[in-house]
Amino acid sequence: MDRTDKRPSALVSCQDCGLLQRRVLLPLGARASCARCHAVLYQQRPLRLEVLLAMTLSSCLMFVSANLFPMMSLQSKGAQSSTTLIGAIAALWQQDMQPVAVVMFLTTMLAPCLELALLAYLLIPLYCRRAPRGFVPLMRVLQWVHPWGMSEVFLMGVLVALVKLGRLAEVVPGAGLWSFCALIILLTVNAGFLDTQGLWRCYRSLRQP
Amino acid sequence: MSMQPAVLPCRVCGQLSRVGAGAASWRCPQCHARLHARKPASLERCWAYLLAALLCYFPANFLPIMKTSTLLSSQEDTVLSGVVYLWSSGSWPLALVVFVASILVPLLKLLSLTFLLLSIHFRWRWAPLQRTRLFRLLDVIGRWSMLDIYVLALLVSLVNLQALATIEAEPGALAFTAMVVLTLMSAEVFDPRLIWDASREDGHG
Repeated sequence: MDRTDKRPSALVSCQDCGLLQRRVLLPLGARASCARCHAVLYQQRPLRLEVLLAMTLSSCLMFVSANLFPMMSLQSKGAQSSTTLIGAIAALWQQDMQPVAVVMFLTTMLAPCLELALLAYLLIPLYCRRAPRGFVPLMRVLQWVHPWGMSEVFLMGVLVALVKLGRLAEVVPGAGLWSFCALIILLTVNAGFLDTQGLWRCYRSLRQP
Repeated sequence: MSMQPAVLPCRVCGQLSRVGAGAASWRCPQCHARLHARKPASLERCWAYLLAALLCYFPANFLPIMKTSTLLSSQEDTVLSGVVYLWSSGSWPLALVVFVASILVPLLKLLSLTFLLLSIHFRWRWAPLQRTRLFRLLDVIGRWSMLDIYVLALLVSLVNLQALATIEAEPGALAFTAMVVLTLMSAEVFDPRLIWDASREDGHG
């Protein structure tokens, strides 16, 4: 054990159980998992900046259209109403449910919006082989924001609302809902490609040529 | 903690750095984030959020979260009666999803986190791998409890057909939101590495 490389860069610490382990060189596409708790330690895969950037920019577009167009509309005996995401939040606010409205705003609008904007801001310069300004603090914000974006849960909420209302009146899914479905698919694919360790490596290589 | 490791990982950039004894706090040489062997005051903060969530659990489940008024009648619904309504109207797959997301998951989360915290307090060495897996599961499914809030918001904003029918949010929704956010925060501050610290003290590792 004494002759092994003990420099910090040759080691990796498991996030879930804290065990220090020696890094090994992996074949492309493989992942290393913790010997003790089986959490994923790191993956060996190429950083696909162009794929990430394309996914992020199209997610931004879908996010905008999902918020502009109505999610669904309701028709019953001549009366009609439709709602957007922000409209649903505003309705909660008007009924003296301000704390609930704030939580919903943070989890379905602000967090996903901030995450996409940050990713776009960081990925565009990296793709052009330049180090983005404020990379370090922004990566910290990104990590902090990530768990609070709950778009996929909201999509399931729309489905449940559709079924609940379908018994009472005629419900028509709107353009916002289709954009939202596309957004969720894009975000899921994007999360599969996103490798924050890879972004750090890329940033380091640009800072110290 | 007497067995302070000499190498600390950075939570932000993942880089490990060697730290000397004596200094009160360390910062990551790459990104200047504070380095901690474990999340600071993890147990205390986790208990605080958990107890607050437990206080909200009962009003969240027994107070009505919405009121449906039509021309002829008005009806108040709790989280559970919403599930029963979905079930009785024939859409049992969705009823199951809502039941799991808004009733089972919060309850499971409160009980499991209490169990995990107690197991750390009493330094159990029993099945650390299973306990870590339990925490990972909680971390993944916890966010789905927000489901009912989103459904409520959509119903409230859509069913507003002045004379015909309206749906209003009721105080139960406040308690429910508070409970969900508090359980999310307690899982966020929980450090699963503490589970393994008890078995580390026998001298190996």
